[in-house]
Amino acid sequence: MSESKITVYPSRAFKDNARLALTDAKLRQSLRGSMDFLMAKRLAAFPDEAELSALRTLGEGIRQRCLSRLPDLLEQLEDKLTANGVKVHWAETAEEANRIIHGIVAGRQGKLMVKGKSMVSEEVELNHYLAEQGVEAVESDMGEYIVQLAGEKPTHIIMPAIHKTKQDIAQLFHEQLPDTPYTEDVDALIQIGRRVLRRKFLDADVGLSGVNFAVAETGTLCLVENEGNGRMCTTVPDVHVAITGIEKVVEKLEDVVPLYSLLTRSAIGQPITTYFNMISGPRRAGEKDGPREVHLVLLDNGRSQAYADEQLRKTLQCIRCGACMNHCPVYTRIGGHAYGTTYPGPIGEIISPHLMGLENTSDLPTASSLCGACGEVCPVRIPIPEMLMRLREESQRPAGERVAHPLRGQGAAASGAERMAWAGWRLVNASPNLYRMFGWAATRLRKHAPKNQLGWTQNHLPLTPAPKTLHELVREREAGKGKSA
Amino acid sequence: MSVRASILQKLRAAPRQELARPDLAGHFQRFGGREDEIARLRHWAAMMRSVKTDILWTREAEWDAALAGWLAAHPQDSLLLSDTAHGRRLAHSLEGVDKAPRIVCFDREVDGWKAELFDMAAGFTAVRCGIAATGTLVLWPDEAEPRTMSLVPPLHIALFDAATLYPDFYSAMQGENWAAGMPTNALLISGPSKTADIQQTLAYGAHGPRDLLVLALLPPHIAIHDVEGEAR
Repeated sequence: MSESKITVYPSRAFKDNARLALTDAKLRQSLRGSMDFLMAKRLAAFPDEAELSALRTLGEGIRQRCLSRLPDLLEQLEDKLTANGVKVHWAETAEEANRIIHGIVAGRQGKLMVKGKSMVSEEVELNHYLAEQGVEAVESDMGEYIVQLAGEKPTHIIMPAIHKTKQDIAQLFHEQLPDTPYTEDVDALIQIGRRVLRRKFLDADVGLSGVNFAVAETGTLCLVENEGNGRMCTTVPDVHVAITGIEKVVEKLEDVVPLYSLLTRSAIGQPITTYFNMISGPRRAGEKDGPREVHLVLLDNGRSQAYADEQLRKTLQCIRCGACMNHCPVYTRIGGHAYGTTYPGPIGEIISPHLMGLENTSDLPTASSLCGACGEVCPVRIPIPEMLMRLREESQRPAGERVAHPLRGQGAAASGAERMAWAGWRLVNASPNLYRMFGWAATRLRKHAPKNQLGWTQNHLPLTPAPKTLHELVREREAGKGKSA
Repeated sequence: MSVRASILQKLRAAPRQELARPDLAGHFQRFGGREDEIARLRHWAAMMRSVKTDILWTREAEWDAALAGWLAAHPQDSLLLSDTAHGRRLAHSLEGVDKAPRIVCFDREVDGWKAELFDMAAGFTAVRCGIAATGTLVLWPDEAEPRTMSLVPPLHIALFDAATLYPDFYSAMQGENWAAGMPTNALLISGPSKTADIQQTLAYGAHGPRDLLVLALLPPHIAIHDVEGEAR
C-alpha cells in the first residue's frame, strides 16, 4: 500500500485550486469526455419524458415525506435494526464516528478493514483516523482503490478515478504492486486489482460499507453497486460496520423502488446496477456465512443544521447520484479535487457549508454560473440554484445579525467594501432623482470607466456605459414617433 | 445528554411539516409493465443478455441433464452445491460423468474453509423470482444456500423458474409482501460483477462472478421458440 501523503486541497483555497486545475489540459480533456459520456447515458436512460417527470415528482415526494418524519423514522429504524440483531450507534461529529468504528475494530483486535464505497467514511476521514490507530483500511471499490493507491482523494462521488487515464493506472499498478508488469489492457488491470483485493477480503477482520437507503419499516440497509465489492465487504468478514448520514432513512421498503431507479439511471444511465444488496441483520443461527456482527453508525455532522431550516432542508433530499456534477459547467472544467471537499460540484456546494461551516466553504456557493442545469437534472428536484443564492446571502450576512436559524460561519464572506457598494446601489435605485443623476453622470463620463474591473477584465474587455441612458433613448424614440405622426 | 438524545432533540426542534405519502401504487400502475407473459420473458432475456448473461432455456424435468451437458462443453474444476433438493439432484446427475467438476457441498459454516471457498470455480443456487423490466434475478440466501455461493466463485449458475417472473421491482415486492419479513440478506442480481472505473471502459469480473449462466425453466405452455423469437 502506498505511504505517500494524501493531497489535501483546503476549501478556502478553492480559487487557487480552480485556477490550477484550469491549466491542466489533460484533466480538462478527460473531464470533458467523461461528462459528455455520462450526460448522454443519462439522457438515453429516460426515453419517456412523462415517466421521468412523474418519477422525479414521486422521488421528491418520498424524500420530503421521509424528511418530514425524520426523528420518528430514525427511532423506528433503530428499533427494527435492534430487533434484527444490528447494533445502532449515534455520532454527532466525525470524531465520534471514527471513535465508534475504531472501538468496534479494536474490540476484535482487528488490524485490517476492507471498505466498500462510502462517501460518509470519506467525509469523516476514517482511513486517516484508523491508520493513526494502527489499523489498515483498504478501499475495495476499484476506482477508490486506484485513488488510494495513488495517495489521492476521489474526484467524483460515483466515479472516483474519473480524472485518471488507463496509462496513469497502468503505471501506478506497475510501480505500486509487486511483480506487476506494465499493461494498458483494462481487463488485465481489473484482474490485477481483483487478485490483490480478493486476498484482502479473505484476510479482513472487519468490512465497512455506506448505505444508500435505510428502511425504517423493516430495518433494512440497502446498498447499490456493480462490482460486488460491497457484497464482499458485508458478507465475508466476521463484522460488518455500515455508516450513513441521518438523512438516508426512508419510511417503507417500497420507497426504495423509485429512488433506486432514479439513482442508477441518473448516475450512469443504467436501468439497474448489477447488485442491489438488502441487509437486515447478522448471520442467524443455522446460517453458514455472513457477518456475526452488524453495526450501523448514524452520523449527524452538521445535517441537523440544514434540517432546522425549511428551505435548506431540501439539501437532505439528495440521493447521491452525481448527476448535478456531470451537468455542471464549473465542475466539468475544474474537477472534484479543486473543491477541497468530500462532496464536490453543485451538491457539494450546498451540503459542505453545513458539514464544514461557511467559514471554511464561503467560496463554494459562488462556484456556480447559476445556469440551472443542476436543478434541471436533479432526480429529486432539489432547487440547487435557489439554495446557492441563500448560502451566498448567509455568507455575506453580518456575523452578529440575529436570524431564526444561524448557520455556522455566518458572514464568513462579508466584506465592508462590498456592503458599501450594495448600500450605494440601493440608495441610487430607491431615489428617482439620484438614479437620473447617476445615469447622466455614468453615460457622460463613460470614457473614465476603470480599465481594471476585478475578475471581469481577466477574460473580457472592460465594461463601458452606453453614450445615453435607456430612458433618454426611449424618450428620443417616442419624440421621433410624435414627429412622424 | 446522550448523543442520540441530542441529535433527536435538534431534529424535533425544527419546524414540522405534515406531508402525505406519495401514491406509489398509482405511479407503477400507470408506468409499470403491461406486456404479456411471452413478451415479458423476451424482454427479461434481452436485458440479461445485454449484461453478459447466458441463458439456457430448459424444463423442470430436464434441467439437470441440460446443465450437465453445458458443463461438459464448458468444463469447470470445481462446483459448489447446496444441501438442497436441486443441489442434490445436480450432484446425482454429475456422478460418474466424464470431466465433471469436483463437487463441494456448502454444508458447514464458512469460517473454517474460507480459503478453499475462494478457490471454487463455480457456484450453483436457486432463484426466488425474476424482474422483467430490468433483467434481474432475486435471491434470498438462507441456511441451506448461503450468501457467498452466488458471490465468490467466478461462475454463478442460477436455477430460475420462469413462471416466477414479475413485470417490475415494485410488483415483485408487493406480490410477495417482502415488507412482512425480510431475510438477513436479500439480493437483486443483474448480470455478473462489472466496473467501468478505468476510463469508462466496461470490464466484467471486478470482484464477484465473471460469468453468469441462468437455467431458465419454461412452463409447459411456452415453447422455447416463443421466447427466443427474434430476441436473441
